[in-house]
Amino acid sequence: MILYSLLALAYAFLYLPIVVMVIFSFNASRLVTVWGGFSTKWYGELLHDEKVLDAAWLSLKVAMTSATMATVLGTLAAVVLVRFHRFAGRTLFSGLVTAPLVMPEVITGLALLLLFVAMEHSFGWPAGRSMTTLVIAHATFSLSFVTVVVRSRLAQMDLSLEEAAMDLGARPLTVFMSVTLPLIAPALLAGWLLAFTLSIDDVVISAFVSGPGATPLPIVIFSKVRLGVSPEINALATIVVALVGVAMAIAGRVALNREHARPA
Amino acid sequence: MTPRLGRFLVGLPPYAWLALFFLVPFLIVLKISLSEPAAGIPPYMPLWEWGEGAALEIRATLASYAGLFGDELYAYAYVNSIRIAGIATLGCLLIGYPAAYAIARSPTAWRQSLLLLVALPFWTSFLIRVYAWIGILKTEGLLNALLLGLGVITEPLQILQTDLAVIIGMTYSYLPFMVLPLYATLEKMDLSLLEAAADLGCKPHQAFLAVTLPLSVPGIVAGSLLVFIPAVGEFVIPDLLGGPDTLMIGKVLWAEFFDNRDWPMASAVAVAMLVVLVVPIMLIQSARSKAEESEG
Repeated sequence: MILYSLLALAYAFLYLPIVVMVIFSFNASRLVTVWGGFSTKWYGELLHDEKVLDAAWLSLKVAMTSATMATVLGTLAAVVLVRFHRFAGRTLFSGLVTAPLVMPEVITGLALLLLFVAMEHSFGWPAGRSMTTLVIAHATFSLSFVTVVVRSRLAQMDLSLEEAAMDLGARPLTVFMSVTLPLIAPALLAGWLLAFTLSIDDVVISAFVSGPGATPLPIVIFSKVRLGVSPEINALATIVVALVGVAMAIAGRVALNREHARPA
Repeated sequence: MTPRLGRFLVGLPPYAWLALFFLVPFLIVLKISLSEPAAGIPPYMPLWEWGEGAALEIRATLASYAGLFGDELYAYAYVNSIRIAGIATLGCLLIGYPAAYAIARSPTAWRQSLLLLVALPFWTSFLIRVYAWIGILKTEGLLNALLLGLGVITEPLQILQTDLAVIIGMTYSYLPFMVLPLYATLEKMDLSLLEAAADLGCKPHQAFLAVTLPLSVPGIVAGSLLVFIPAVGEFVIPDLLGGPDTLMIGKVLWAEFFDNRDWPMASAVAVAMLVVLVVPIMLIQSARSKAEESEG
């Protein structure tokens, strides 16, 4: 019983701050500790804040593009790591795939920016800090997370299905497209969503590789947050949490259904 | 198409991508950490240049590193980062171990949902979760209002803008990283070992100390490293929850780069941070590859 109380406390610790923030986003009063009645006026104000809307749109575009690139590259990397056991530079490759998972973001951000500056200096591309640099940076660090998700799925896969297809004369590409890919599809979806949320949430790496013309939402929120707590940010944060929550619920449902539908 | 060529074509895109956008950037950081700062764009001198008569001039300097070791501020920031990250890791372990244990011993049907509840906050915005603590911890915030209301304290406590706030924020943000690997080891444990211990006269707490705890060491190590490594280089949490004197190495790197525009110094700080973290990173890599081998 004590154990479950401790578990309940851990959940309270994880969820109370978010719940408090959501409640206070509906507070009519500007003060944090005073409840001035229920109001949705902060949400209304958000909808007229051009800067926030532009940033949100940019973040959405960057997240969708970088998540798609990360899913393609991350899946290829997972295939390489699970299926190709011996090739030159395997240790380096597996190190490169896993290192972004634990690398402090300030280092990754600085390193990528210095690369972009050096590239621009040498052959003029990418010109300045833009959506392009954001997409490249986000795809690079989220690729590793996709690989982790897809890799465990690939490792658990029943190889006899692929062998059967091959025995029936299917070529490797056909086998991958019509047997392997459908089987690992839930992992691809989970990986894509993970990459998407990582991108739409990233502050530190984005701060290094974004510029005045391309400011994603987390950077806008971060500069507002540095000025202190406000009901507008509570409202903005609540929208983000709600959107991510809904997306996760759908993804979880899809993944679970596939899991159950899969023949044992 | 030969199988060999096919494999090459599959492996090339991710390999080339990571080499160009992950490996090369680190070499550039190393290079720039050895350059002289300059007032210009980019704000550093080239490390090598073709001088007159095609003579290669190399201008490497250890000035940034000398500054790093010469100024006590940096040493303090390093030690403080390791201290704060260490305490936060301990905090995650203290909260995360009972939670992971409870989930691993709960009815099988509940486990997935309980685990999902731990992972879910990780999927919502990190920035927003850190932000949520400002409203709770500040002097006129909810925690102080609650404690004052209950009569526990008579004066509001200064928690925000202290190291304690940073530790709370880190423990909170990184808790899922601790619980998930701990759960994985605790769940795999053979429960008949506990029965055997009980048959041999062990009391439950003795059996826990003699059997469960040693068997969960891999999970403790993996979870602690997953929390500790990013926590050392953390920027957002000390910036938002800490005070001006909460020095951490991620904040120092940020300040050197964005405020002082000293790119060689920022690079030197990054290199020095990597040197501190290289051992824990190697440990986690080897643990990962061991786990993969056992997975088959």
